[in-house]
Amino acid sequence: MSDEFRPNIIGFACQWCAYQSADLAGTLKYEYPSTIKLIRVPCSGRVDSAFVLEALALGVDGVFVAGCPEAECHYRFGNRIAKIRTAMLRNILPEFGIESARLRFEHVSSSDAVKFVEFAKEFDKQIRKLGPTPLRGDKHE
Amino acid sequence: MKAGVYVCHCGNNISDTVDIGELIDFARGLEGVSVVRDHLFMCSEMAWEMIRRDIVNGLVDRVVIAACTPKNHEKFFRSALEAAGLSKYMLEIANIREQCSWPHKSEKKYATEKAKLLVRSAVSKAALLEPLEDITFSIEKSVLVIGGGIGGITASLDLGNMGYRVYLVEKEPSVGGKLTKFDKIFPLNDCASCVVSPMMAEVATHPLIELITYAEIEDVEGSFGNFRVRVRKKQTYVDWDKCIGCGACTTVCPSKARVPDEFNEGLGWRTAMYIPSPHAVPRKAVHDPNVCVNCGKKTFGTKRFLRNGKEYLTPCEKACPTGAINRSIRWDPEGEIIELDIGAIIVAVGYQVMDKEVFKEYAPHSPNVITALQFERILSPTGPTEGRILKPSDMQKPNAISFISCVGSRDARYHTYCSKVCCLYMLKQARLVKEKNPEINVYIHMIDVRAPGKDLEEYYVQTRQLGINIIRGKVGGIEVLPDGKLRILGFDADIGTPVEVEVDLVVLATAIELPEDARKLARKLGINIDSSGFLKEDHPKLRTVESSLDGIFIAGCCQGPKDVSETIAQAKAAATAVAALMAGDKVRVEPYIAEVSNELCGGCGICISLCPYNALEMAEGSDETEKRVVKRDVRTCKGCGICVSSCPSGAISLSGYDDDQISAQIGAMLGVMAVRV
Ligand SMILES: Cc1cc2nc3c(=O)[nH]c(=O)nc-3n(C[C@H](O)[C@H](O)[C@H](O)COP(=O)(O)OP(=O)(O)OC[C@H]3O[C@@H](n4cnc5c(N)ncnc54)[C@H](O)[C@@H]3O)c2cc1C
Repeated sequence: MSDEFRPNIIGFACQWCAYQSADLAGTLKYEYPSTIKLIRVPCSGRVDSAFVLEALALGVDGVFVAGCPEAECHYRFGNRIAKIRTAMLRNILPEFGIESARLRFEHVSSSDAVKFVEFAKEFDKQIRKLGPTPLRGDKHE
Repeated sequence: MKAGVYVCHCGNNISDTVDIGELIDFARGLEGVSVVRDHLFMCSEMAWEMIRRDIVNGLVDRVVIAACTPKNHEKFFRSALEAAGLSKYMLEIANIREQCSWPHKSEKKYATEKAKLLVRSAVSKAALLEPLEDITFSIEKSVLVIGGGIGGITASLDLGNMGYRVYLVEKEPSVGGKLTKFDKIFPLNDCASCVVSPMMAEVATHPLIELITYAEIEDVEGSFGNFRVRVRKKQTYVDWDKCIGCGACTTVCPSKARVPDEFNEGLGWRTAMYIPSPHAVPRKAVHDPNVCVNCGKKTFGTKRFLRNGKEYLTPCEKACPTGAINRSIRWDPEGEIIELDIGAIIVAVGYQVMDKEVFKEYAPHSPNVITALQFERILSPTGPTEGRILKPSDMQKPNAISFISCVGSRDARYHTYCSKVCCLYMLKQARLVKEKNPEINVYIHMIDVRAPGKDLEEYYVQTRQLGINIIRGKVGGIEVLPDGKLRILGFDADIGTPVEVEVDLVVLATAIELPEDARKLARKLGINIDSSGFLKEDHPKLRTVESSLDGIFIAGCCQGPKDVSETIAQAKAAATAVAALMAGDKVRVEPYIAEVSNELCGGCGICISLCPYNALEMAEGSDETEKRVVKRDVRTCKGCGICVSSCPSGAISLSGYDDDQISAQIGAMLGVMAVRV
């Protein structure tokens, strides 16, 4: 066993904003923790609650959903739906024994690589502080 | 499945950080992977050919590229699949450069681990890809341009010259918009009608442009490629086929039948029979039944006979040399409905300026307090003073004029935005005053002068040199003195004290806004309104002439305040965008749209309320036994997937981003088989 806990973090990133801000961060050679892995979605509003629960149930330590800035959703208001959905999920996570802090929603514009990187670092740190997910178990490789 | 995994070194951009050998070994061990190859540059022709050959040789039936972001070369790789006869959508890209080797270059070991997860995620999604095809629609190759100002005219001419059929719908009897009201326009102070008149004539005679003036949009159905538009052509009560625009009817129309003249911004009068302006195109008379006094008590649809048995004709009927005016006809006051099949729409409905009445502090009841648009009419040789600078109250020359800027703009009570053109047109107007009557004292009260743009700062500096007093500071109010003079209660911010000036004429630069009925039009079309109250573009930088709806474009001041050059630039951009969209016989769009399963749909309609584009609709069953299900319109669906994630029965799927595909990606990030919860 390695001594240091390396969290496994999945981010659902909207293809128009968040995914592109991560691309830009890479292009600018900004560094952020490699624990963060993105799954590209057309819109943050596409992210089904089931995806988030599924990831957490499978033993992911942290999940985030990243969409366009407040009034700039490419699909008018998908980001608002995503934000509300994550807020509701955060409320019920403790009932499954999962800390709400393991789930986050973030607005990131496609040009804001700095914000993406800062968020990634901060979220990684927070998940490290929380430690391994209580659901992490034999299912994990 | 036979997935081919192609790993790119990207020179050393990827290979410096990610251990390519380890990644290849890992990929070889993944289920369903038949071929793994690497290349120094996967975006090279050689690599493209390598991929194509693998497919043609039957080694591979889906492709996973581990390289840079899909934004870079997705199209390029898709073309290799297409060239090999495979659906180009059997492709998945693992972004191991922008999202792995570059941002994790100081954690090489972990970067390689992450690259493996990204590849495994891509492979597991690839396993579930389907051989989709582009969706194609036929398109109606005609364009509707709404609004015939300089913006709409420019767009119509450009499209007409490119060979498209154009319908230009203008609500006034004549095209031309605001520009026909101006004498000169900044920055060259060239003659406005010399700019706009030839264009008005051209748009009216162009073989591919049909001008429909004095008309408004009734309703719009359908979507890009196939809009069905109903236009209401308002009743003119004059047979335009016969009218030759001589104006004889307007001169005999009695002066008691009159209203303030729209063209002169209320500074003059027009009669019931009128031709809107000397520049009018088409040059046709219009009859206004609300103003008509029914000479000889001859109302519409009646005939009257004199004692001698001859038919009585009203002065207008008598004056008309071509018989275009016939009051015995029962004209339909509702006008006529014209139906058009349209491929794309450009909205160029321009602006209106705020009314002076709103600003009680600026003595709007004084006839000598006017808006800048009214002052344009005073400056114009075709205006109520024939271009002489006179006060409306007594038609005498003023000794001093004050211009007040930002009236309703940059003011939290009305509009927070800057109307952008006021500084410049006030300088223009002040300059025209000085050129005509240098003895008139001119004051301009401004918060600050905004003159960015080509030649505009120079224009400002030159204007200052003409001896115009520019006072920096907001005006608190205007007092009307007993002799009718106006006292400006201003403030000079440069010396920090209140200033008062007494003048004979005040010009208010009232804010530019979206025209009143444009909101209604926007609602009919489904265009959004932005926080400033103008029509909203799809993206403030990348898609400035597109609305959020495919096939509907916006241009000119209805999108935000602009000067003429900016309006024209935007109109040309909109025309080009339309032309590009309609260039082929068919439109091709990515097949990433939602699909509703009739079997699973419970008909609750939650998705309908959430769809940002009204692409979903409840289809009633044909009889009582058939259930209600939701139908999705192929053309309006944009594939956001909001409906998919909101459907309680899991009845909606989204090609390219389906539930099982995303679940597989999640599972792959952990190394366990995905289970839906
Ligand atoms: C006082 C003043 C002075 C100015 N001076 C200058 C200058 O010197 N130089 C310069 O570059 N710019 C100047 N401008 C700005 C200039 O007027 C605009 O840039 C220009 O007129 C914008 O053209 P447009 O086609 O967008 O709008 P408009 O000129 O407003 O034309 C819009 C057209 O659409 C029609 N329309 C409206 N609603 C509908 C509807 N629902 N259905 C159908 N048709 C409709 C209108 O009747 C009109 O014909 C000035 C503006 C003001 C207020």
